[in-house]
Amino acid sequence: MQTTEEVPLSVTAERAVVTQQAGKAPEKDWVIVTRGLKREYDMGGEIVRALRGVDVAIRRNEYVAIMGPSGSGKSTLMNLIGCLDTPDAGEYWLSGDLVSSMADDELARVRNREIGFVFQTFNLLPRATALHNVELPLVYAGVPSDERRKRAIAALERVQLGNRITHRPNELSGGQRQRVAIARALVNEPAILLADEPTGNLDSTTSEEIMRVFEDLASSGQTVIMVTHEPDIAAHARRVIVLRDGMIESDDRRERFAEKMQIAAPSVTHK
Amino acid sequence: MPFLDAVRLALAQIRVQKLKSFFTLLGVTIGVMFLIAVVSIVEGMSSYMEHDFVGKLVGVNTVTLRQQPEIGANISDAQWRAMRRWPRVLMTDVQPVVDALPPGTLWSAEGYDNVFVASQWSPPKQLQASAVEGDYFKIREMKIAKGRVITSQEMAMGTPVVVIGEEIATRFFPNLDPINRPLKVAGLPYTVVGVAESQGSIFGLSLDRFVIAPYRSPLRHVVNKPNVLDALKIKAAGDADMTETTEAIRQVMRSRHELRPSEPDNFTVESSESALTFWTSIKSKLVIAGVVLPAIGLVVGAIVIMNIMLVAVAERTREIGIRKALGARRRDIMSQFLVEAATLSTVGAILGIISGILLAEIISAVSPLPATVAPWSIVAGVIVGAGVGIISGIYPASRASRLDPITALRAE
Ligand SMILES: Nc1ncnc2c1ncn2[C@@H]1O[C@H](COP(=O)(O)OP(=O)(O)O)[C@@H](O)[C@H]1O
Ligand SMILES: [Mg+2]
Repeated sequence: MQTTEEVPLSVTAERAVVTQQAGKAPEKDWVIVTRGLKREYDMGGEIVRALRGVDVAIRRNEYVAIMGPSGSGKSTLMNLIGCLDTPDAGEYWLSGDLVSSMADDELARVRNREIGFVFQTFNLLPRATALHNVELPLVYAGVPSDERRKRAIAALERVQLGNRITHRPNELSGGQRQRVAIARALVNEPAILLADEPTGNLDSTTSEEIMRVFEDLASSGQTVIMVTHEPDIAAHARRVIVLRDGMIESDDRRERFAEKMQIAAPSVTHK
Repeated sequence: MPFLDAVRLALAQIRVQKLKSFFTLLGVTIGVMFLIAVVSIVEGMSSYMEHDFVGKLVGVNTVTLRQQPEIGANISDAQWRAMRRWPRVLMTDVQPVVDALPPGTLWSAEGYDNVFVASQWSPPKQLQASAVEGDYFKIREMKIAKGRVITSQEMAMGTPVVVIGEEIATRFFPNLDPINRPLKVAGLPYTVVGVAESQGSIFGLSLDRFVIAPYRSPLRHVVNKPNVLDALKIKAAGDADMTETTEAIRQVMRSRHELRPSEPDNFTVESSESALTFWTSIKSKLVIAGVVLPAIGLVVGAIVIMNIMLVAVAERTREIGIRKALGARRRDIMSQFLVEAATLSTVGAILGIISGILLAEIISAVSPLPATVAPWSIVAGVIVGAGVGIISGIYPASRASRLDPITALRAE
């Protein structure tokens, strides 16, 4: 699909990183590098190959969208990148560390310090206040309680929820809940912010509002990787990776992706 | 996660589910309550035995020579039968025994039995009457409320006078001054010369139900065969060594009973220590009961807590997933649930301690059993409570800590 002439220079650099000799740590600039990442599920004897060898390289400060049809392996890939899951084969380098060979407690540490994860279903503790929810990662980081509170309040203010800190999730709207979740993901200043369909449970106005939050974060230098199946949301990102059947189908700059969508769109509607 | 945060979290959890927590706590509460109550009563009896009882009944620095022990632990029926064939202690033994002891030693020879006592104001009643000689009143340190003690002349002459306990005085002389009034003891005419101060009671038995007459008065024919004594009490002078005193008495009695060195004693020298040995043997049995009963409650409590914690882990799978996703390590989740179980059962233990103390107070108020709350039993209660929580929380907590974050996040 991609010919060499069409690939921009940066993508060539990415190819170079991922095709480097296995086991070689990538240079500092690359926050995420995966080489031949595989994940299989055993469904009672039948093997589901959710990821069949994924090579991705993402630089610091990038804003990347991951797209693809349902079941193409987007969440599986995000869970691996977010250190919630471990690959069956392949390498995963995060900030220069080989995460794919880490033990449980090290992974917990990486999740705590390096990663902020935003889920489609928010995943807030229902009985805890917004403040307490945002404080949680700091609790596990061993931050003393005064500082925890200060930083949690700052994170909530950053998502315009400074006046809702004592509210519990059921006292907040969907968009506000997701903003609490974003504040929680940001509070420990992670290297990467991951979001798996963060607007999947929100109406379109609220979705726009949440997308603006991500865009602001991205433009302030935060590395963001977001799964979505809506092309117009993906168009906000500066780079779009498309998955299909557990493989990368395409990996393009935003401009080129939009171009392709315009060409592809009519043919899709005709089908 | 810091310990205090974990405790705060656990307390919040208890507050949210008050009713469930209450039932969870019940086993531990009841277990610790019994622990505290039983230990308090045993301790109460113990301090009673070691201070009041020994002081009032046996006397400090006092040994008693008898045919057979009055209070005996671990004595078989066959031994009792054998002891009943031993020679009795005789009035003629008194002088040789006293002569073998240093000057200043007090002694009192006593013969006693249950006899009918009557006055013209009250029908007859069976009571213990003693015929005594020697320093009886000094050894018992008896204080007189009305009248006086029996004089040594009266002792020597065998004058028919009695000193009576307070309860006897009020029963046989209602609203009257008993002094110089007649009292029939075993049908014999006696005159009351003194009423002793109340001695109180032990385990609900009044210590004020006694009649004391001179040994040489007619009562001695009623309580014993001629020349026979029930007890010879010896109170050593000042700081005398009690084992030496006992040993001196034994040597005199062995030679009077013409025992060969190979033969065992055929008499008993009881000291306050014998009373305490007897008590110690009962106490150990009570303490075992005091441990076994609460243990049953605690085992039940542990099983309940374990099940409740397993349910809690299942119900909170998603919460565990969230915490893991945010960076909780296995040991964080483990300690969260352990602290929760321990906090839960410690709260149970504290409730148990409070109700145990109340129970002990109630028992000592409505029954003759004394109760003293032992500080160590409170500490033990808290430790046992927390321990039960930790032990019963280990399995549920380790299950929680091993949950896979993704599986856990997908729960519900
Ligand atoms: N825990 C699991 N057990 C079994 N199969 C799974 C599991 N998670 C995902 N899958 C399968 O793996 C494939 C990829 O799933 P997923 O990564 O969730 O796709 P997407 O997020 O793109 O919809 C699907 O076929 C899905 O059914
Ligand atoms: Mg998905």
